[in-house]
Amino acid sequence: MDKSEKLALSLSGLLLLVFFGALMYAAVAEDVEVPTCITDMDPFTSDTLFQTSEDVYEIHMVARMWAFQPSTIRLPAGSTVDLYVTSQDIIHGFKVERKNVNLMAVPGAINYIRVKFDEPGEYFFACHEFCGAAHHTMAGRFVIEENVDEPETIGGKL
Amino acid sequence: MSDYSFRFSKSSKYLNATLIIIPMILLFIGVYGGLMQTLFRAGIIQSDPFVGGDYYKGLTFHGVLNAIVFTTFFAVALGNALVSYSLQKQLNTKIAWASGIMMLVGSVVAAVVILIGEATVLYTFYPPLKAHPLFYIGLTLLVVGSWVAFYNWIPMYLEWRHENKGKKTPLAVVGMFTTFIIWFIATLAVATEILFMLLPWSLGLVDEVNVMLARTLFWFFGHPLVYFWLLPAYVMYYVFMPKLAGGKLYSDMAGRLVFMLFIVFSIPVGTHHQYMDPAISSQWKLLHGIFTFAVALPSLITAFTLAASLEHAGRNNGAKGLFGWMWKLPYFDKEKWFFSFLITGLIIFIFGGIGGIINASYSMNTVVHNTAWVPGHFHLTVAGPVLLAFLGGSLYLVGQFMGKKIRLKGLAMITPYIYTVGLLIMSYGLKIGGLKGMPRRTNTGASYANPDSVLYQPDWIAYIDMSVIGGSIMFIGIVIYLISFFGTVFSKSDSSEEGSVVTFPISEPLHDEPATWLRNFKPFIIMVIILIVLSYTPVIYDVITTTYDTSLPFSPNSPVPLR
Repeated sequence: MDKSEKLALSLSGLLLLVFFGALMYAAVAEDVEVPTCITDMDPFTSDTLFQTSEDVYEIHMVARMWAFQPSTIRLPAGSTVDLYVTSQDIIHGFKVERKNVNLMAVPGAINYIRVKFDEPGEYFFACHEFCGAAHHTMAGRFVIEENVDEPETIGGKL
Repeated sequence: MSDYSFRFSKSSKYLNATLIIIPMILLFIGVYGGLMQTLFRAGIIQSDPFVGGDYYKGLTFHGVLNAIVFTTFFAVALGNALVSYSLQKQLNTKIAWASGIMMLVGSVVAAVVILIGEATVLYTFYPPLKAHPLFYIGLTLLVVGSWVAFYNWIPMYLEWRHENKGKKTPLAVVGMFTTFIIWFIATLAVATEILFMLLPWSLGLVDEVNVMLARTLFWFFGHPLVYFWLLPAYVMYYVFMPKLAGGKLYSDMAGRLVFMLFIVFSIPVGTHHQYMDPAISSQWKLLHGIFTFAVALPSLITAFTLAASLEHAGRNNGAKGLFGWMWKLPYFDKEKWFFSFLITGLIIFIFGGIGGIINASYSMNTVVHNTAWVPGHFHLTVAGPVLLAFLGGSLYLVGQFMGKKIRLKGLAMITPYIYTVGLLIMSYGLKIGGLKGMPRRTNTGASYANPDSVLYQPDWIAYIDMSVIGGSIMFIGIVIYLISFFGTVFSKSDSSEEGSVVTFPISEPLHDEPATWLRNFKPFIIMVIILIVLSYTPVIYDVITTTYDTSLPFSPNSPVPLR
């Protein structure tokens, strides 16, 4: 192995180590986590919105051909949402625009992520896993407003 | 070891030419599907006048024909060619034909089932979307046929080792064996999924299926699959490209090390496709993420070795200065048309590789998972370096095996450049659209790109339009290539003595170290088996223990259970 080859190999190794480091930093220090196993929750088949404490809401979302239930969720700005997603029939995807919320909704399993909505606005979400003929119509919105008297959800199609 | 030629038997020449030509026709059906995708996505067309299908059916045949059928056939044909050529041994043509026929029958069956709309389950055939049993049987035949082709090379190799004790195995053979070792191990998982889950369920023998388990088995296969595509391209880069450029392979040992590292690291990585899935603990996802980074290492070594080889070639051609060699390569040499296919692919792969590292980056994957970013990425890899190298290789092989001179070399030479321009435009559109949240696998033209829809997303339109422009240019590139390809196939054959022997541009090494520890596949195969057991046991355990129910089958066209 000549000198330039050794140099290239060490630089490659170093680059990968930097990547590992960044990855561990995000996971451990910044607490940016990916979904994990949910073992302490009973399966659910209907959609619900609970307020668990001030500014914290829990949503049970059911994805099914071809709608999210609930499909519109109205919440006050500054809310933290514990989002549980499952599917009633087939694999669906759940991606919220401008938020790092991206979950697979798989029948037989529950997926979870926590998300905070600080800025008022409409956050569009859509199914990104092919789930049949009307897949492209499967979408919904988080509506975040400054003053919400009563947080509410609207089911069915948008 | 460079400029020798080898007389293939008539039967094996005929077989290899068939293995190239028939998938080329299927590829074109798939490419046509690809053009239709971009037009559908933009809402330019709403129904397909030629195959009477819908967007998702088109997406299925575009994916299956281009990414599974064409690639598998080409890998087998290249292996048949390079293994016999490098070892100077005739193929057992009976076994080779049996494998070819299995693959042909399987592919045609699967293609027909897709085209009649009985298998609109996309390229990633996840349950509970259900296809006709013949779709699964067809794909199984294709895979088993490719295994048979591989088994056929093993006795040739063992015999050669016996006769040439202490000699290095030719690099081309190491590359092709690596490709098929990875393919064999990876396809065992999808074979398990099909034989024990999908097929009995599709035939109605069992009612329910554990979707998470099926997904996990699918991705056990689904990521190594991309190395099965990439490695034949790497073989051509290492073995052909330095010589075509007018130089030598910078380091023979680097090539061998790269292939062995691929065996070790390419398989325990599949769960990085499931970062966003429930039922798998996040620490196992992280472990697979780290292995995925490890598999970037052989690609980084390749980047160095190939660049060094090209620099050597450029200096051989009379280049001066630090970067002068870059301008002394045969980019536009009609006689070296094959070089243009390889070099464009290599340049595209810089972007493809970086995108891959982004996708695999654990939490960063949240931003891009299942958005249009992902097809943007894999068009820069499988539809970039892999496709271009395979198209160049197909043209070269067909010329050699049919004993024909390549026609319209100028057209062939220019194809990859046109295609590259289109590809970069299309992928840019898809990638940025994906970062804005545009989903993949979705007929955006019918909803998000349609101003009349309540779901209309105006800020995605510019990126969708870019994918139409890029996609159309790519289509034009492929059409030009096919003119040259079929022009060659249907031309008069060269009946001279020169036309009846087969020659490949095999590069000599510049640095040729003995590297005895890289001469045996066994330790590396044992290492990968250990890694697979360590990385997949906890994942499978999680999947089985944290799914509370299995799922009934569904037809993609109807929102009621099939039972």
